[in-house]
Amino acid sequence: MSDTAAQPRDEDAEEPEDPPDADESVAAETDDPGADDGPVAGPVSTGAESVVAALEAAGAETAFGVQGGAIMPVYDALYDSSIRHVTMAHEQGASHAADAYGVVAGEPGLCLATSGPGATNLVTGIADADMDSDAMLALTGQVPTEFVGNDAFQETDTVGVTRPITKHNYFAHGADTVGDTVGEAFELSRAGRPGPTLVDLPKDVTQAETDETPEPATPPAGTDPDPNADSDAVEEAARAIEEAERPVCLFGGGVIKADASDAARTFARTYGIPVTTTMPGIGSFPEDDDLCLSWAGMHGTGYANMAITHTDCLIAVGTRFDDRLTGGIDTFAPEAEVVHVDIDPAEISKNVYADYPLIGDAGRVLDQLTAAVREAPDAEAWRERCDEWKETYPLTYATPEDEPLKPQFVVEAFDEATDDDTIVTTGVGQHQMWASQFWTYTEPRTWVSSHGLGTMGYGVPAAVGARVAADTMGEEDRDVVCFDGDGSFLMTMQELSVAVREDLDVTIAVLNNEYIGMVRQWQDAFYEGRHMASDYTWMPEFDKLAEAFGALGLRVDDYDEVAPAVEEALDYDGPAVIDFHVDPEENVLPMVPSGGANGKFAAVEDQL
Amino acid sequence: MSGESSDSQPGEDPIDTRPATDGGSASDAGSGSDATPAADQPGPEERDHPEGRRNLEGIRIDPVVEAEHESRRAVISALVEDEPGVLARVSGLVSRRQFNIESLTVGPTTVDGHSRITMVVEETDPGIDQIEKQMAKLKPVISVGEVAGDAVTSELVLLKVQADDPAAVHAVSEMYDGRTVDAGPETITVELTGDNASIDNAIGAFERFGIVEIARTGPTALARGDTPTAPGEKPGTAGEPTTHDD
Repeated sequence: MSDTAAQPRDEDAEEPEDPPDADESVAAETDDPGADDGPVAGPVSTGAESVVAALEAAGAETAFGVQGGAIMPVYDALYDSSIRHVTMAHEQGASHAADAYGVVAGEPGLCLATSGPGATNLVTGIADADMDSDAMLALTGQVPTEFVGNDAFQETDTVGVTRPITKHNYFAHGADTVGDTVGEAFELSRAGRPGPTLVDLPKDVTQAETDETPEPATPPAGTDPDPNADSDAVEEAARAIEEAERPVCLFGGGVIKADASDAARTFARTYGIPVTTTMPGIGSFPEDDDLCLSWAGMHGTGYANMAITHTDCLIAVGTRFDDRLTGGIDTFAPEAEVVHVDIDPAEISKNVYADYPLIGDAGRVLDQLTAAVREAPDAEAWRERCDEWKETYPLTYATPEDEPLKPQFVVEAFDEATDDDTIVTTGVGQHQMWASQFWTYTEPRTWVSSHGLGTMGYGVPAAVGARVAADTMGEEDRDVVCFDGDGSFLMTMQELSVAVREDLDVTIAVLNNEYIGMVRQWQDAFYEGRHMASDYTWMPEFDKLAEAFGALGLRVDDYDEVAPAVEEALDYDGPAVIDFHVDPEENVLPMVPSGGANGKFAAVEDQL
Repeated sequence: MSGESSDSQPGEDPIDTRPATDGGSASDAGSGSDATPAADQPGPEERDHPEGRRNLEGIRIDPVVEAEHESRRAVISALVEDEPGVLARVSGLVSRRQFNIESLTVGPTTVDGHSRITMVVEETDPGIDQIEKQMAKLKPVISVGEVAGDAVTSELVLLKVQADDPAAVHAVSEMYDGRTVDAGPETITVELTGDNASIDNAIGAFERFGIVEIARTGPTALARGDTPTAPGEKPGTAGEPTTHDD
């Protein structure tokens, strides 16, 4: 991103120089065009101005938030700032939008809220970012320091509430240092393994006068680890890969966060190793590549799960082996020696034992491995076997004439009508699975979803954040498509008002099956079809609702209406909502039962 | 529908043209039910069995998952920045990740702004490893590690007992190198220090007087000799301030 936040410099201000002993590799990793002459914050007069100056100096271009009493001084300072502020309808929307903005832009997202309810409304989005290791900074107003602990109006122990769901959080203690604290929190969020950080800003601190200009920010000591893995360990792993007969790569979200998709593609293609991904890793490797087996896990492709079940060498990069990926640990990659690349040592052997742990940046370590492997594993027969699985267990769905419109058809229609760089956001549930299964992803940072936390309602605010990010990067031509469920959409659809106000070109496809569908599917499979609280026939008419918001609203019931509606919505210059009434009884398949073996998935409904 | 048991097998659907999946060689390697029985795949017996790594079925023996891990008592020491909330961060981590903690003590070091946390946990080896790694990720934690088994450990206890027989209390107290810190007509308070076992023994000996109240600090520990207590600890970060760069 261009560094538009750089402020005119004070002539007298000293140029920050690189420390003489600066680690070349670390400096290179930051890849900051302004690193040589780091932006210096302009003069300030209050704590709040120091906060904003620190954000500008760190390169923040966009903030999502909601005003409120305790955060007013910061908003007042934003009035004169180069930072674009997008007012959201609800703080949860602000945190999801900031999260998605960060995913698309590759920069920490920024969200703001006031104290008390403002801060607690951010919590879901912060927890979401924490589970998905997304870089994000949350700034919350707080009651004046002297009232803290007295149960003052709109007081919540925000630092206490968010402690377990942030990488680290801060309570600002004084106007002279608040800018430095905010700068450090911003840098910490993207250092090493990314994650959300938070600074709680008491109103007296942001109101107080100060002339302390924030120092150029760095992450705290010890939080920006060596990106290179131990070279001896790399050699050992390389030998294991050379000797493998049935190797498989498993690329996780860490590959995308480390901007390591190119390194991942080079590695897999150089040595002819079939590739599976995790859900957050979707886009790290092109799904139309012959080597790609798409994503593995509970609803992953049969061929990905078969490959992982039979591999003798699993090269896992940037994944924490979530239970939705592994199923039962004892049946996960049971024959494999595991090479595990991760920037976070705590993930090594946490869930799956790593025979070859490689601690470092995904891109660097993949480059190291590409260099260290001397000859490609002899895997011709294995690749053929993987191809056979692709033919045996294709992702398919039936379209009988006597059944309603199938949701998978809608996803495919959008994929066909859009370019490869289209950004897809989703809520959580069946629609999310179909959006990930029936869309062919080829580029990183085009799949924006809530994985670890599984937050229903993520889709619409994420579409707002993704659209703003693309526009900020000058990529106005990219499409942003949000697939949502009826239940998910109802949770955060108020953010549609923001898309209308900001004239954001997003298309929201509600796959409306009048159920909280994934729950309905489980009730049918595991609760004898007792549909307790999963019946969503009480939904409003979403097309009319969209019109009421000022967006384009369409409704689709039949196959022949799909293509024209998709075209109209994509062509519409502004937010559009299509309410697709789809088959309520459609199930997500294949499916590995919770805790079950990945190699024992139900391929068809009768196997559920 | 087969219920939610995790071993629910996909049924053999006669209409479906796709074969049921196989669950990997764990159950039926080499048998005909494999989706694509590859002739070149050796049966379980013929497979390579790197020593200590695979069982007879060719399944990798995960040394961590498969091994029976006994819980053991471990002393974890961490040097931390003495900032507000650091204790909450450590204890929150321990409770959130369901680690079994026996005691936790915290106190200042001679370096301004640095404290030492000593924690006794009852965990398996992988659990202890996770505690160390997770604690190391906390921003205020400077260094952390398990204190070597031969470390010097000591804890302090204050014992308030009935003063019915002051002479006897005094005698027992002397026996355990205790010190009387308060003596009144009703109660006597004794201060004792020592390792965990000797404190337990002392408390046992005092029980016959009737213990009114008791306060134990929990063990604190230092490694012997010039071994740093928490690995990675830099000289001067906790001891006498030999450097002044922090």
